[in-house]
Amino acid sequence: MFARGTRARRIAAAVLPPVLFAIFVLGVWQLYTVVGDIKESTLPPPTDIAKSLWENRSMLIDNAWVTIKEILLGFAAAIVLGVGLAVLIRSSRKVERAIYPWLVVSQMVPIPAIAPLLVIWTGFDLRPKVIVIMLVSFFPIAVNTIDGLRAAEPELLNLLKTLKANSWQRFRKAQLPAALPFMFSGLKVAAALSVIGAVFAEWVGASEGLGYLVLVLNNQTATTEMFAVIFTLALIGILLFLFVSLLERVLLPWYYESRETEGEGLHLEVEENA
Amino acid sequence: MQAGSKLKIEGLSKTYRGAGGGENVTALKDVGIEIGAGEFVSIVGPSGCGKSTLFNIIAGLIRPSSGKVLLDGRQPDELLGSVGYMPQRDCLMPWRTVLDNTTLGLELNGVRKKEAHKKAKAEFERFGLAGFEKHWPAKLSGGMKQRAALLRTFLAGRDVMLLDEPFGALDALTRANMQQWLLDVWQEDRKTILFVTHDVEEAIYLSDRVYVMSGRPGRVSLDVKVSLERPRKPEVTMSPEFLVLKQKLLRPLEEAAAGGGVFIDDRPTLEEQI
Ligand SMILES: Nc1ncnc2c1ncn2[C@@H]1O[C@H](COP(=O)(O)OP(=O)(O)OP(=O)(O)O)[C@@H](O)[C@H]1O
Ligand SMILES: [Mg+2]
Repeated sequence: MFARGTRARRIAAAVLPPVLFAIFVLGVWQLYTVVGDIKESTLPPPTDIAKSLWENRSMLIDNAWVTIKEILLGFAAAIVLGVGLAVLIRSSRKVERAIYPWLVVSQMVPIPAIAPLLVIWTGFDLRPKVIVIMLVSFFPIAVNTIDGLRAAEPELLNLLKTLKANSWQRFRKAQLPAALPFMFSGLKVAAALSVIGAVFAEWVGASEGLGYLVLVLNNQTATTEMFAVIFTLALIGILLFLFVSLLERVLLPWYYESRETEGEGLHLEVEENA
Repeated sequence: MQAGSKLKIEGLSKTYRGAGGGENVTALKDVGIEIGAGEFVSIVGPSGCGKSTLFNIIAGLIRPSSGKVLLDGRQPDELLGSVGYMPQRDCLMPWRTVLDNTTLGLELNGVRKKEAHKKAKAEFERFGLAGFEKHWPAKLSGGMKQRAALLRTFLAGRDVMLLDEPFGALDALTRANMQQWLLDVWQEDRKTILFVTHDVEEAIYLSDRVYVMSGRPGRVSLDVKVSLERPRKPEVTMSPEFLVLKQKLLRPLEEAAAGGGVFIDDRPTLEEQI
């Protein structure tokens, strides 16, 4: 292994590019709105959005809490549903054949369209929101976990058999750990989707939350304030994504470290053989 | 061998059913093999002659179409788990440290973790793995991976060990070192080893006896005793006895290869020769 510089330099290498890119985009945006003399209700300059973020901070924080709670519950529900379906589908060929196509079909259902129904069925409280978020984000978790549960080498499963491992032990000691990196890929996609899910859910029936705010501000053509809310939502999405990535790093150090030494490596092929 | 054989295979045949109406493949036909306790026996044969199939049958992973596998003179109730098996790929689990990989068999035998670690650590020096206990397998060299896989097989504690081309993927120098090392280790423990290889020199150098298999359908075409003195040193490969043995073993293999280059199903010349 070669030297990789200090810890500080490594963090800088990770953080600097996206920050610089954001500054560049915001700069172009600022220039465009000011030089082009764009109406604030059409596209506000970033400086005004920043000002609005600061001035409305307590309202934003209050509503963000509501939305964060929905997202966390919905995300957790999506994990349970996604992983549960994946295990069920991989448990037998027949079940896989019976269910997998419908799993794909389920993604053709426009969730915002059925969200009002969910409100009718379950009421205006937290429940329909958690369900909508779950429905929007479980799919990538399920699909990736299904692929992951296929990832254990057949030779390894055979080896475990010769060591007298029963099917539960083969699952616990080989199939499950081999599936985890795949599952985490799904979790990262789902993390981003869950934020959108929360906005959908609040559009249908809510009296608080960031999604609800977007709707209200949009109706008032308070574009600057609306953008402030969107930025807040984006921040929540980024934080959730980072949290999942961090969890991956802590829980799968073997995966993280072997990927690091592989450099460009996209896959987890660790050993090779003739 | 007078004292009764440790492992005996009688009239073993295996025909794979062609998938989806495809042709059936006869991988093994009427194979007979006998190994005494503490003997080191090799099987050489061209690729695809059924060596791995034979091992899978002895390990209890697949059922033969006909024939018997006897351990200590009798047919065990359950073959699976009765012999140690090292598959062609190292099959180390990337999510376990080297140490935890080597204790897999002990763990599945219900040995407590602490005790298993102690037992494994005691062997790390001899297996050239000292200092790498806490490493991920991905960081090991090819030779070390094979040694870790061998240690895992050793620690599983079966009397008979099946090693399927353990050095097949290594470079020539590493391979020579590993052969010497394996001889030393075997000399100390005197386990019964059945060893598969493509390499005639490797087979002679390591073994008490060598079986030559002919390709498709795989059958034993030669059983040659190697009476070179032990312990053996690399110089022995230059001795006249060694060269005579080598020629004897190479002839059927070369004829098999010359008889078509590609393996054609009916090739009676070889059988007539013997
Ligand atoms: N599961 C299977 N289904 C059908 N045919 C198989 C199966 N496994 C092996 N075969 C066929 O049986 C023959 C013997 O295969 P096997 O893997 O035992 O050969 P081998 O001697 O170990 O070869 P190598 O030296 O390349 O490892 C081959 O022709 C192979 O295509
Ligand atoms: Mg093979």
